[in-house]
Amino acid sequence: MSIPRLTDTTLRDGSHAISYSYTIEQVKDIVRGLDEAGVPVIEVSHGAGLNGSTIQQGFSKTPEFELIKAAVETVKQAKIASLFVPGIGTSEELREAVEIGIKAIRIAVHCTEADVTEQYIRLAKELDIEAVGFLMMSHTQPAEVLARQAKLMESYGADCVYVVDSAGAFVPQDVRERVSALKEALSIDVGFHAHNNLGLAIGNTVAALEAGADQVDGTVRGLGAGAGNAPTEVIVATLNKMGIDTAISLAGLMDLSEEVVAPIMPGPIVIDRDNLASGYAGVYNSFLLHVRKAAEQFDLNPTEIMEELGKRQAIAGQEDWILDIALELAEKKKDLQNI
Amino acid sequence: MSKMKVAILGSGNIGTDLMYKILKNDGRMELSLVAGIDPESEGLRRAREAGIVASHEGIKEILEDPEIKIVFDATSAKAHIKAAEQLRAAGKMAVDLTPAAIGPYLVPPVNLNNHIEAKNVNMVSCAGQATTPLVYAVSRVVPVHYAEMIATVASRAIGPGTRQNVDEFTRTTANSLVKVGGARTARAIPVFNPAEPPITMANTVYAAINEKDFDFDAIKKSINDMIEDVSEYVPGYRLKSEPIIDYRDTSWGRLPVVVIMNEVEGAGDYFPKYAGNLDIMTASARKVGELYASHSLQNEEVRK
Repeated sequence: MSIPRLTDTTLRDGSHAISYSYTIEQVKDIVRGLDEAGVPVIEVSHGAGLNGSTIQQGFSKTPEFELIKAAVETVKQAKIASLFVPGIGTSEELREAVEIGIKAIRIAVHCTEADVTEQYIRLAKELDIEAVGFLMMSHTQPAEVLARQAKLMESYGADCVYVVDSAGAFVPQDVRERVSALKEALSIDVGFHAHNNLGLAIGNTVAALEAGADQVDGTVRGLGAGAGNAPTEVIVATLNKMGIDTAISLAGLMDLSEEVVAPIMPGPIVIDRDNLASGYAGVYNSFLLHVRKAAEQFDLNPTEIMEELGKRQAIAGQEDWILDIALELAEKKKDLQNI
Repeated sequence: MSKMKVAILGSGNIGTDLMYKILKNDGRMELSLVAGIDPESEGLRRAREAGIVASHEGIKEILEDPEIKIVFDATSAKAHIKAAEQLRAAGKMAVDLTPAAIGPYLVPPVNLNNHIEAKNVNMVSCAGQATTPLVYAVSRVVPVHYAEMIATVASRAIGPGTRQNVDEFTRTTANSLVKVGGARTARAIPVFNPAEPPITMANTVYAAINEKDFDFDAIKKSINDMIEDVSEYVPGYRLKSEPIIDYRDTSWGRLPVVVIMNEVEGAGDYFPKYAGNLDIMTASARKVGELYASHSLQNEEVRK
């Protein structure tokens, strides 16, 4: 097994879990810790990608370009990356982020819509930064469909394509099949991004590496949307035990987790009812806080909203359907009471 | 009642659906020509089958017939830039269904009367046609500080043109929410969902209000009136639920947000019913053509 490249996305995926409230100080502290520990890539942006500050997703407390600038200014060895979702971000924001100094862009689309990324992968290569394709909600498609979509991204000039388990719905066998299919189809790097709804974030990451993944994602303390991600420090510890030397300081990451990240978190991330319901129904993880809010507002059980979102095959960016479903369920309940 | 001759330039899916819509509705337009560039195209074959003259020589025959007064351009932005000049020189009115946007944006129930003498009008985008009326319905009652719309469309109903240029779609739609819808600032976000069976076009409009007092009942009434106006020419245009006020933390503080959830089901003329996004483009274009035709025929009658 080769030594995988690790991307830490605490400052992107993690922003979902704290309602996009990162401050410049927090970004500097986390970037410094990751950079000193030797993490090679650090992702910083709104959870929904550049320009994600909206009513639909939630507004950033601090404008994200200020956060990205703080990261770029702090970093000594690592690359700063951002996430980009076509339609939420436009070329304008991508150009601005590159101007500020990001060195990689991860272009994320639902895993059947790769052709939408062409405009942006080409732009990223024109701007001379790394372009990573991010196939979200990969659990909804079989391996051969993902491989075809990944191949499109490769043809546009992507340097790597990720299999993304946005819903935390994979078991290791699913991951192996998909990563292997991409490895076989592509000549570029293949990556894997995990969520922990089934308690398998680390297990699935190991499965991806065994199937040949070249890059994997983590977040410090697992701080990410919904059930969170594979904790970066646990990935490093696991790899050490497997005899794979990433040259990343485990002690540095553990201190960062305990002293810097834990105090930012509203509470520990556990696989509670809502997170398990979400992963089990195959629902996008960043819906969690929106679902909880709607459940409270309309006196519903979050699980019933999660199940309905799964049934309707909602994808990333469809937070508005949560309200739509909650209104419908509440209406149904009222009708029942009136009988 | 006299009729005005019209032509469709572009024999692709949009042109074909528009053809059926014009033929289905007996109004003041007489479709006399469908022009494309591919003699084998299904659109031209369907036109002939429907008894309409079909030309594969592009704009040529349209320009040669002085009786054709209105031309619907369903080609591409690039092609329309050239066609627009030729049509203007020939004194023909152009209804532009491409993203070229040479003429002003036109959303029938909002600003048709402002541009009734224009020689070239643009139909914005599918999401623009669907959501601009809703933003306007709020802004005519209370100022809209910020409008945001999420358009969820079935993947199958999104053509390669839009896929290759999502930037353009987003920009155009947001511009329309400001320029025509009356919002101070706006964002437009598309979502392409591949669910099977395909989902019907669903739009959510958030209108953030930054005023102390406003009359929500008046806003609701305005929205319901607007739904009625649009559904007159797009029968499948409706609310999914009653509009609500939801308080959200925004860049401008905690603000009341009018949330409008809308669905657009197509008429199924040529496109499948779920493709309400395509249907509303052709239905709106037909509506514009119809009103222009009756307006200029009336003017002619007055002159006589």
